[in-house]
Amino acid sequence: MSQETGTARVKRGMAEMLKGGVIMDVVNAEQAKIAEDAGAVAVMALERVPADIRAQGGVARMSDPDMIEKIQATVSIPVMAKVRIGHFVEAQILESLGVDYIDESEVLTPADYINHVDKWNFQIPFVCGATNLGEALRRINEGAAMIRSKGEAGTGDVSNAMSHMRSIGGEIRRLTSMREDELYVAAKEMQAPYALVKEVAETGKLPVVLFTAGGIATPADAALMMQMGADGVFIGSGIFKSGDPAHRAAACVKATTFYNDAKVLADVSRGLGDAMVGINVADIPVPHRLAERGW
Amino acid sequence: MKIGVLALQGDFREHLHAIAQCGEVGMEVRRASELDICDALILPGGESTAIALLAHNYDLIQPIRARIETGMPAYGSCAGMILLADRLVDGAPGQQTFGGIDMTVRRNAFGRQVDSFESTLSFNSHNLHAVFIRAPWVEDVGSRVEVISSVTTSDGQSHPVAVRQSHLLATSFHPELTQDQVVHRYFIDEVCKSR
Repeated sequence: MSQETGTARVKRGMAEMLKGGVIMDVVNAEQAKIAEDAGAVAVMALERVPADIRAQGGVARMSDPDMIEKIQATVSIPVMAKVRIGHFVEAQILESLGVDYIDESEVLTPADYINHVDKWNFQIPFVCGATNLGEALRRINEGAAMIRSKGEAGTGDVSNAMSHMRSIGGEIRRLTSMREDELYVAAKEMQAPYALVKEVAETGKLPVVLFTAGGIATPADAALMMQMGADGVFIGSGIFKSGDPAHRAAACVKATTFYNDAKVLADVSRGLGDAMVGINVADIPVPHRLAERGW
Repeated sequence: MKIGVLALQGDFREHLHAIAQCGEVGMEVRRASELDICDALILPGGESTAIALLAHNYDLIQPIRARIETGMPAYGSCAGMILLADRLVDGAPGQQTFGGIDMTVRRNAFGRQVDSFESTLSFNSHNLHAVFIRAPWVEDVGSRVEVISSVTTSDGQSHPVAVRQSHLLATSFHPELTQDQVVHRYFIDEVCKSR
């Protein structure tokens, strides 16, 4: 019996299984265990959470394989890890480690300011960030099997995630209302392949799962993104930069499932201790904003 | 007949779509009160640890066990198969299941995501295209369990990937991700309506 691995269907299907869940940034095995025990559907292994990358500066790169393997040995849920935009050798290394998903991430320092990784060349699925529909479709065209809207990572300020979810959702709704002969120009204007633009116009959704990320720090933030149409959420610095990570992580998981139930949301929002301090995106000089990386 | 789909996490919308394609009424189940008005229940694909934890937190484990024990038809795909297993290998420490099928299931048995695969297999005399994602397999079954489909791995070993025990059905793979409704129709026509 022939068995085919690394197909678009198993790559995209893997993301389908994460829907309605929370993917948490962790920097060591202890944090990964806390995330798994709290009900995370996957962990993102990285050396420094975005808040620390922001505070410490310098070039941010792929994590040490030792650290990723320790996390793989500790938890049974999927383990994801980040590579720099365009750094296909970091991706080859992560593939050899058998991580379950690769995040080609603007949170790390880009390796290529023109091209992204050709993701069709890999057996491991990729998730990529997007601020608008054109960017999402360009990433899907390069082989991304999952999209996350970009927020401004490491800030605890949800406003950018909100505007990017509104932008992606709004552009999808606009395409669905167009005449078929207008889709050619729409594709040109959003610099996206016509075939994908046409598919979105017909189905009213992205061809892959859409999560949201960046600046989510509370259960209410997670539920807000779910009500905006996200399939699930990534929480980076928001959990392990807070006062009581285990408690907050479990609360965010519950809020993502019961995102439409204000009574549950009130209940899980109680007594969580200090949220991450946060930075207003407006106070960050434009050249230091991560969401604007990617092209 | 109203078919509930446990909607705590995972690809429950795809199951609801498949139910609608079969001409039946589906509904999302997040609470015991919603479970009460269902005639049957589907446990979707997803992360079995997260689903079990949420079911525990929102007091769904005992009500689902009680309904399964009193004959409610149930079907689980992938994570759902894990949740219907009486015994688990390679679960997270302390991971709970609803149980019901007298079988031992090995979690992530085929390996990590890099080992996820598509394949054609025989299901109740149909040729079925099946999608396996970090899938479990069945290690052993009790005498009341019927093995419907198996997969042979590269070491020549055969592993059950679709099983039935009276009103309970489980598959390692995800028929909700393909357009073929054979498994959902089998659940509705053979498992639910034969009762």
